[in-house]
Amino acid sequence: MKLLTGNDLNTGLVTWWTGKDWSIHIEDAVDVGEDGETIAAAEELARRINGPYVIGGELTAEGPRPAHIKDRIRALGPTVRVDLTLKPNDPSAAERVI
Amino acid sequence: MYQYDQYDQAMVDARVAEFADQVKRRLSGDMTEDQFKPLRLMNGLYLQLHAYMLRVAIPYGTLSSKQMHMLAHIARKYDRDYGHFTTRQNLQFNWIKLDDTPEILTDLASVEMHAIQTSGNCIRNISSDQFAGAAADEITDPRPWAELLRQWSSFHPEFSYLPRKFKICVIAAQEDRAAMRLHDIGIQIIEKDGVHGAAVYAGGGMGRTPMIAPLIKEFVPLEDLLSYLEACLRVYNRYGRRDNMYKARIKILIHEIGADSYRAQVEEEFAQVKALGIDPPRAEFDRIAAFFAMPDLDANASDDLDLSHKDFALWVGQNVAKHKAAGHAIVTISLKPIEGIPGDATSAQMDLMADLALQYSHDELRITHAQNVVLPHVRKADLFAVWEKLVAAGLATPNLDLITDMIACPGLDYCSLANARSIPVAQKIADRFADLDRQRDLGELKLKISGCINACGHHHAGHIGILGVDKKGKENYQLSFGGSGAQDVSIANITGPGFDEDGVVDAIERATDKYLAERRDGERFIDTYRRIGMAPFKEAIYG
Ligand code: HEM
Ligand code: SF4
Repeated sequence: MKLLTGNDLNTGLVTWWTGKDWSIHIEDAVDVGEDGETIAAAEELARRINGPYVIGGELTAEGPRPAHIKDRIRALGPTVRVDLTLKPNDPSAAERVI
Repeated sequence: MYQYDQYDQAMVDARVAEFADQVKRRLSGDMTEDQFKPLRLMNGLYLQLHAYMLRVAIPYGTLSSKQMHMLAHIARKYDRDYGHFTTRQNLQFNWIKLDDTPEILTDLASVEMHAIQTSGNCIRNISSDQFAGAAADEITDPRPWAELLRQWSSFHPEFSYLPRKFKICVIAAQEDRAAMRLHDIGIQIIEKDGVHGAAVYAGGGMGRTPMIAPLIKEFVPLEDLLSYLEACLRVYNRYGRRDNMYKARIKILIHEIGADSYRAQVEEEFAQVKALGIDPPRAEFDRIAAFFAMPDLDANASDDLDLSHKDFALWVGQNVAKHKAAGHAIVTISLKPIEGIPGDATSAQMDLMADLALQYSHDELRITHAQNVVLPHVRKADLFAVWEKLVAAGLATPNLDLITDMIACPGLDYCSLANARSIPVAQKIADRFADLDRQRDLGELKLKISGCINACGHHHAGHIGILGVDKKGKENYQLSFGGSGAQDVSIANITGPGFDEDGVVDAIERATDKYLAERRDGERFIDTYRRIGMAPFKEAIYG
């Protein structure tokens, strides 16, 4: 699958394209197929996103999983500060993104 | 400490106002990211892996308690309650919102701080010896010289768009505590015929092509210093490789044309520049230097120290250094607790360190390039009280310069340029070598980790260096031995094939075991390595 990601213009937080909007939760991300670049351009123009780019990934039981470790860490948060990630109560989340 | 005059303050305030307007225009859509990015970078605002990151300049690593309290306040109010002290003696906030930045910069300006020139191809924050003004082995305080260079390089119009970033370091002691020769220009203040002047080294650096700066001029008198540096920069600005980012640093230019040719061109340029009259009168230097006068130390302070408390004695032995004044000492606060993240401090810890500085260290703190914090002027009689408060805050780890006092860059946990994570490796090594007796037996051992070839973690200069690489999508770590950023400066050599995260910890243990078996009296790890070479270590690691 292909995912569209970027950083929120104001907060800078990592966000994912959900089909109609942006979410900080990768679980909400949809497969953008071949439309990623077009959506990215429109959303950047509409000032909803900073530095959008398309990445490869796969759909797993837990939801979309980016192909590259960098984007898996982006999706979760720093692996060394579980308390600051999106899954503060799941100590094994960091292990799963590696 | 230096205090802003009206010009300093007016320049910083004007920049804050200008940037506030630029942020507004970006958020309202009047500016695209392509237009905005160079502007935010000029104000230290990066976009990193998880959010915007703000890098705050700490000139030559010196802070007052008021400034440290402000950093704590910013961490608490606008960020997630912590900050990261870096090898460039700066502070990075990792979770900044764009629309908060004007307020943050206003807060910083209120305590004479900013984030200007912490990015971009300009002269960056001047770094220095963290023991400046207090060290028993210095010939003078290098900070007046560093401050002179700060004023000269701030908003220098000709050097705002150099071929690449430019880092300058000034020291004035025999022992190099600031990796001076690994800077684009390294300056050592020396004495000749009773007069202080600058020995100027140029063309050092780390990154993908590490180089040790050669000596360019043995002695530049103070009254020529700015003209001489101006000439150094002009020659670089003219001939630096703007066509290739990887070859654009001054180290490549000097390596390619040779130190002799560079020196000759600088001399020629100097003859022109000197006539421009940019060197300030001696009185101006004296005015600056007066800000750095030794604080009013207790002249009756005693050298007696009760070391009967075992843990206190350990900490004194490891983290307390000799002060130039009787009855005083220099305290280094380790930001490397065994379970922690190298260089990170919480707001509460910053506040505590600021309070300690105000109460016990004449209102001064320093940041070290090894990511620790220094209280430079503590009475020996107060050491026990300071230590007790540090213990309570988790800041009394007695591991200075030992294997667990590692430098680690943010790596793939925070940095968008990273290939691999640095911090988890640092934590695994710390865990393996946590036993203090074992660390002390290994002695001085500088371990440095970078998450990519940019070498922000100084891995080339580590007695043991670790470089994170990407091996087919997996984190992999290259090991190297024999580097040093001190006066015995050297560049480390790679041991051989890389390891995974656990493998690299095992390899380090096999290497330190080898060292213990081979060492002679008084030899540090690096001394043994230099004497016996790589082969026995390779044998131990790869079998
Ligand atoms: C997280 C954002 C950061 C980015 C984007 C970044 C980027 C870079 C880049 C691109 C270089 C290579 C420059 C060159 O070789 O021309 C570099 C070098 C360096 N950086 Fe960073 N860095 C970051 C964080 C840090 C941190 C946290 C530290 C301190 C721990 C640091 C200190 C240094 C040092 C000491 C060097 C090598 C010295 C030299 O330039 O020769 N940087 N950085
Ligand atoms: S060395 Fe690489 S990974 Fe580490 S902070 Fe620098 S750019 Fe980032």
